[in-house]
Amino acid sequence: MTLAPDTQDKFAEYAHPERLVSTDWLAANLGAEGLVVVESDEDVLLYETGHVPGAVKIDWHTELNDEVTRDYLDGAAFARLMATKGISRDSTVVIYGDKSNWWAAYALWVFTLFGHEDVRLLDGGRDKWVAEGRELTTDKPNTAPSDYPVVERDDAPVRAFLGDVLDHLGKPLIDVRSGDEYTGARTTMPAYPEEGAMRGGHIPTARSVPWARAAAEDGTFRTRAELDAIYRGEAGLQDGDDVVAYCRIGERSSHTWFVLTHLLGFPNVRNYDGSWTEWGNAVRVPIVRGTEPGDVPASRVRAAR
Amino acid sequence: MTTGAVPAKLAEIIDDFQDLTEPDRLQLLLDFSRELPDLPERYGSHPELLEQVVECQSPLFLTVEIGEEPERRVHLFFSAPPEAPTTRGFAGVLLEGLDGLPAADVLAVPDDVPDRLGLTRAITPLRMRGMAAMLGRIKRKIREAQ
Repeated sequence: MTLAPDTQDKFAEYAHPERLVSTDWLAANLGAEGLVVVESDEDVLLYETGHVPGAVKIDWHTELNDEVTRDYLDGAAFARLMATKGISRDSTVVIYGDKSNWWAAYALWVFTLFGHEDVRLLDGGRDKWVAEGRELTTDKPNTAPSDYPVVERDDAPVRAFLGDVLDHLGKPLIDVRSGDEYTGARTTMPAYPEEGAMRGGHIPTARSVPWARAAAEDGTFRTRAELDAIYRGEAGLQDGDDVVAYCRIGERSSHTWFVLTHLLGFPNVRNYDGSWTEWGNAVRVPIVRGTEPGDVPASRVRAAR
Repeated sequence: MTTGAVPAKLAEIIDDFQDLTEPDRLQLLLDFSRELPDLPERYGSHPELLEQVVECQSPLFLTVEIGEEPERRVHLFFSAPPEAPTTRGFAGVLLEGLDGLPAADVLAVPDDVPDRLGLTRAITPLRMRGMAAMLGRIKRKIREAQ
């Protein structure tokens, strides 16, 4: 059973308004049958300091990633995870988190790999809920284990691998990292110095649109008109474009993937989760340094494959 | 790499962590986070006296005060926001484990002490580096003061 969407005016402007709920909507629907609220943060302890009543926690690193392969869970492991969180295949899942829903968007994207139908983000995330003085609790939720079917992951529609990106060169690419990471002045984002790559720069032809530009000061998504100005206007995306977004490990670009897919309605957007930690270290793969997107270097791309 | 002795108080904290299951270790780290004291007035109103540890994923500021010769006892001061409980927890462990010790003892603390808390799987190696960076910054500030 899924819940009715949040029909407020701001959301109605987006391509898929049913993918967002407001803090008002969430407060009014807490405890509703068929709703599971999920908190997914960068800080592994933040949920424990207090969370939305009834919300369960999903830790992106220890629960969504395979422990030994650089990959996500398989269908059986995802089904087990969902069952322990009390999520059924027809549950309405609302995900929220810290840092403008950065990690929440990543979790939502992983749910999408398994085709979970009704998964939404809380506009403004954890910070907005807290800023509005809404209820938080440290009580552990009473989660009744659910049944969740084993659904094999379907990567192709929303996930790009290195070879896919090499084939994609010449079509729109969005680099969502900070400006200094894009130019190659640094290989990690400010304050995250240890997730390095051998070389600094960007994928040839990628346009720079740092992910956080999609968020307003209060962590909510910018309006449809503002997002159109950024992605269609400045970045030059057009209807029907096949787009790949990337960052450093694929988390920030999940946020941009959400914006392009669900808020702006581009039907063919893939997240390249290998991102710069793979591309910047891969053998015989071309990069571009500096502020210009650069051109497709045809001969070297063939060599890399 | 410093590989001296682990001070008794810090060794005790490490043992406490090691005796617990992984979920309980996280709970203990959360307790340290909650118990991290506010800055004294002289720093609370003068944030420019604190130094940011940029290696931490969340903003953390710290400073040290060093007492008289010959022991030169070290006092530690940390500031991190409530929305960064992991960072606050690491700061709390270092405060309880090292505050008040002679400078030489702090400088001798092995650099891999953060790895001994048994949190690397749950917290991830990346996040653990923030704590190693804090310890490194404390040592650097002590050396600079010499």
